[in-house]
Amino acid sequence: MSWLGLLSQLMAIVMALVMAPLLSGWVNQWRARLQNKSAPGLLQPYRVLHKLFNKESVLAEHASALFRMVPYIVFGCMLLASAIIPTLSTDLPLSPAADAIALVGLFALARVFISLAAMDVGTAFGSLGARREMLVGFLAEPALLMVLFCASMISRSTSLTTIVETLAHRELAIYPSLLVAGVAFAMVSLAENARVPVDNPDTHLELTMIHEAMILEYSGRHLALLEWAASLKLFAYSCIGLALFFPWGVAEANAPLALLLALPVLIIKLAIGGVFLALIETLSAKMRIFRVPEFLGTAFLLAVIGLLVNILLGVG
Amino acid sequence: MIKLAPQLINLFATLILMLSFAMISQRRVVSLINLFTIQGAALVAASVLLGYVTNQPDLYVSAALTLVLKVVFIPWMLHRVIRKLNVRWDVDTLINIPTTMLVGIALVIFSFSLALPISRLSTSMAGGSLGIALACVLLAFLMMITRSKAVPQVIGFLSMENGLIFAATTVTNGMPMIVEFGIALDVLVGVLILGVFMFQIREKFDSLDIHNLETLKED
Repeated sequence: MSWLGLLSQLMAIVMALVMAPLLSGWVNQWRARLQNKSAPGLLQPYRVLHKLFNKESVLAEHASALFRMVPYIVFGCMLLASAIIPTLSTDLPLSPAADAIALVGLFALARVFISLAAMDVGTAFGSLGARREMLVGFLAEPALLMVLFCASMISRSTSLTTIVETLAHRELAIYPSLLVAGVAFAMVSLAENARVPVDNPDTHLELTMIHEAMILEYSGRHLALLEWAASLKLFAYSCIGLALFFPWGVAEANAPLALLLALPVLIIKLAIGGVFLALIETLSAKMRIFRVPEFLGTAFLLAVIGLLVNILLGVG
Repeated sequence: MIKLAPQLINLFATLILMLSFAMISQRRVVSLINLFTIQGAALVAASVLLGYVTNQPDLYVSAALTLVLKVVFIPWMLHRVIRKLNVRWDVDTLINIPTTMLVGIALVIFSFSLALPISRLSTSMAGGSLGIALACVLLAFLMMITRSKAVPQVIGFLSMENGLIFAATTVTNGMPMIVEFGIALDVLVGVLILGVFMFQIREKFDSLDIHNLETLKED
């Protein structure tokens, strides 16, 4: 383990923590602009976090210890997830801790705990949201796994750093399977991050809400942590997408100059990705909850097609 | 550019397959026509690329023919037909969509495993595309079977024709020009006749559901 490796690991974590709310703010701003509303400031998520951290946290009378623990667990899961995704450099000392499969497991762990907490207090909305979240989750997970397998078939490894290294630093080749996997990944990440065709991130007042229904009972610093975790999740998903499908600019091991260059490249890529996300959210209408299994089933089958195409065309 | 050409052709092949798959999972007729248009455009791009790489000007003509017919004329006509018949929304399928997609995956696996040994022997530039083209044809068949309305069936027929043309272009590096023209004319006339049929079915039964045709029998 080199000092440079430690540095890049530290940079990746700090950057995830700092930029995740910024990314959410950026997406919200563009969405407001595209919908002809006056946009909130780019720093609005920070202001919300600041406000929430300074507020008292009110707990329900029957809340158990689990309810208080969950925000920390969820936040920890998302932080670890964003630490092992190669955002700036593929030289990450933490990356042997978890490969692509374990990454999906981390997201699942966070989901299980947040659903348990939602049911813990016993309000109707909480258990409703938890049930819907599990419905979305059990279909999104296999699809995400298949997408990651598509990429790992090319690099013959499930370690995220190896995958990105193979994709980014090999001579230019076009992988048709990644085209299909990319579409599947976009569908999965819309569902996983509670974005518009599946869930509406804007509202607390809709009977069809999923994510917001689960965190309805939280307040103060707990809510702040959960909001932060949600933006970390969006950040992590965007970074997985960029790392798999647009891997240019991610630095290799022992390349301090490339590491410096990687940051602006990542910011540009995230900015473009954020505008695209806002565009998708503006152009599509929220679907019925019973159409969600079909939507995610399509994503899963597209990812399977990606695997099959990989076998047939045998590139790599 | 030349080095990447086979990969680019594979990319277009995958795009065509993905669009076929998207078509069988699509409920709305308007989106179905748009997907068909994009599929035609991908086919045009693949033909032009193959023509450029293998130095066959014939393929440009074939691509131009596809462009005029399948990207411009037929989609325009289909849009007109569904506007006149007022069937922009179609939710009727005989089997529900998730089952159809599972059957679709089975078809893709079948055609890939069928084409895999052949493509290993093939010396042409994009031998792997044979499996994809076969999968497209079968998926289009599936769409024709599972839809109960006339317009999606016509689109399924046209999409199947896309798959066939793609197979012919990539595997054999293009058919003789006269065959190409013949097929193009066939498709054109076929669509025109089917368009007239759709109006007639509608006039007779007030619906485009082809089940009504079963009652046409004379007793």
